[in-house]
Amino acid sequence: MTTEDFFRLDLPALLAAILACGSCGLLGSFLLLRRDSLLGDALSHAVLPGIIAGFAITGARAGLPMLLGALAAALLAVFVIGLVRRVARLESGAATGAVFTSFFALGLMLMEATGARSVDLDLDCVLFGQLESVVWLEAQGFASLLDPVALAALPRQLFLLAAVAVVLAGLVALLWRPLHLLCFDPDYAAAIGLPARGLELALNLMVAAAAVAAFEAVGSILVVAMLVCPAAAIRLLTDSYRAQVLGGAALGAALGALGYALAGPLPAAFGQNFALNAAGVIGTLGGLAVAGAMVLRQLRNASPKPAIISG
Amino acid sequence: MSQSTTTPAPLAITHLTVAYGDKTVLWDITWQAVPGLTAIVGPNGAGKSTLLRAALGLIPSIAGEARFFGRSLDEVRNRVGYLPQRASVDWDFPATALDVVCMSRYPRMRWWGRVPKAEREAARGALDQVGLADLADRQIGRLSGGQQQRVFLARALAQDADLYLMDEPFAAVDAATEQAIIAVLRRVVATGRSVIAVHHDLSTVPSYFDQVLLLNGRAVAAGAVKSAFTPDAIARAYGGRLNVLEQAVAEGGLQ
Repeated sequence: MTTEDFFRLDLPALLAAILACGSCGLLGSFLLLRRDSLLGDALSHAVLPGIIAGFAITGARAGLPMLLGALAAALLAVFVIGLVRRVARLESGAATGAVFTSFFALGLMLMEATGARSVDLDLDCVLFGQLESVVWLEAQGFASLLDPVALAALPRQLFLLAAVAVVLAGLVALLWRPLHLLCFDPDYAAAIGLPARGLELALNLMVAAAAVAAFEAVGSILVVAMLVCPAAAIRLLTDSYRAQVLGGAALGAALGALGYALAGPLPAAFGQNFALNAAGVIGTLGGLAVAGAMVLRQLRNASPKPAIISG
Repeated sequence: MSQSTTTPAPLAITHLTVAYGDKTVLWDITWQAVPGLTAIVGPNGAGKSTLLRAALGLIPSIAGEARFFGRSLDEVRNRVGYLPQRASVDWDFPATALDVVCMSRYPRMRWWGRVPKAEREAARGALDQVGLADLADRQIGRLSGGQQQRVFLARALAQDADLYLMDEPFAAVDAATEQAIIAVLRRVVATGRSVIAVHHDLSTVPSYFDQVLLLNGRAVAAGAVKSAFTPDAIARAYGGRLNVLEQAVAEGGLQ
């Protein structure tokens, strides 16, 4: 592989995988700590009708209208889930499951009806993303990194992913302590006068933004995997809030990079002449990371710990 | 309402009605707390926790209102402390005892960066009051049930409030912890503050509390323990549900 090929084909896809998986890994810890990991699953699917609507209205795969449509759909989904819980008095998991599958199905119908499917959105793309299509055709080599003309031709998914990642990291830093309390004891947060409902809504919108930015690159299945697996693996290894949240983001980003890097060489190592779907490899690594964390935890628990003092 | 000309009551509830779906849990509660140590007592499902949670605005009420020190909760939020039920949270959570106590002071600090030293010291002071100073840096999941209950008590104390609403502060703790907690509550009241606690153990009401509210969906009786906590009132609150043992305690322990 030449340097030029690396810059044109691999670098943008690699960066997209790192940003997408890192953003999802960052927010996954909050969902996990709130025992609400299903919500990540729900939001990453419920955004589909909004994405299709944004696509249908503008007639192009432009980042911003699709992002706004997705956020609107996510907001609506959160509202409807709350409504179903109250009115139908269903438990949270059932209400969430019923609403997001309906939203996703509506999105698929919209996709057929608006003709989006025939252009360049289809079910495969929704489920697995198009990581391999994130390419930087203007790149010539290292010099392109400093060339404004070439940089302007970077794939637009990268700009969206980078902007979302920066905004999310900033918001998490800004809301660091209230989010900690919101995850632990939301009623107490409300009782002492923190805007618990507003924080909850902000967190849901952040998850929706991460999901939709990552969705196009890596697909909805990997979004779900990256919202759950890095956070779950880190949770088995640490009892520190800071290590949990930052570790989730770092592990997500690392899995994205490693998965993308392995997708080509892995089959070759076994003498096979094909490349694996990168999203598939990243998702598989996510599951392996959780399994590895379980083994590590077992090994650590086998060594003696100070006993809990009663009283 | 006789107090309205002097100091307003720490908590005054008027015509409070609360329902979950179509099941009404609290009917038209009108009750005024008196400064001091007050128990809310009643059978399971009587709406004791619901009363505290509705007063704090954590669940919507159909009618009525709660006023604290004569004002709405939003105006005096920093004068009202809360201790939720221990079982209401997941204790297998990445936080130390000190982290949890610091949470009570979040409204007083910036949302980002390190916890200011003064706030951390205040939180350590609260842990010291409940005898957990040595365990400040321990993971909350590795504390015993009684220690977890005392962490919640310390968190409430660190709010530095004038009225504390406590949901079962004695739930599932051993006798020694119960004595330690009541000692703390007495110290709090001795400094002119008030505590309203949901309580389950009828036998300790007379020795622990000055005031009582007997609840069973409605306010059955309220007032000083000596006058309001009568076997007759207890029987009315518990209805047919007062078991033989509780009956014996109520009649034998009081007269």
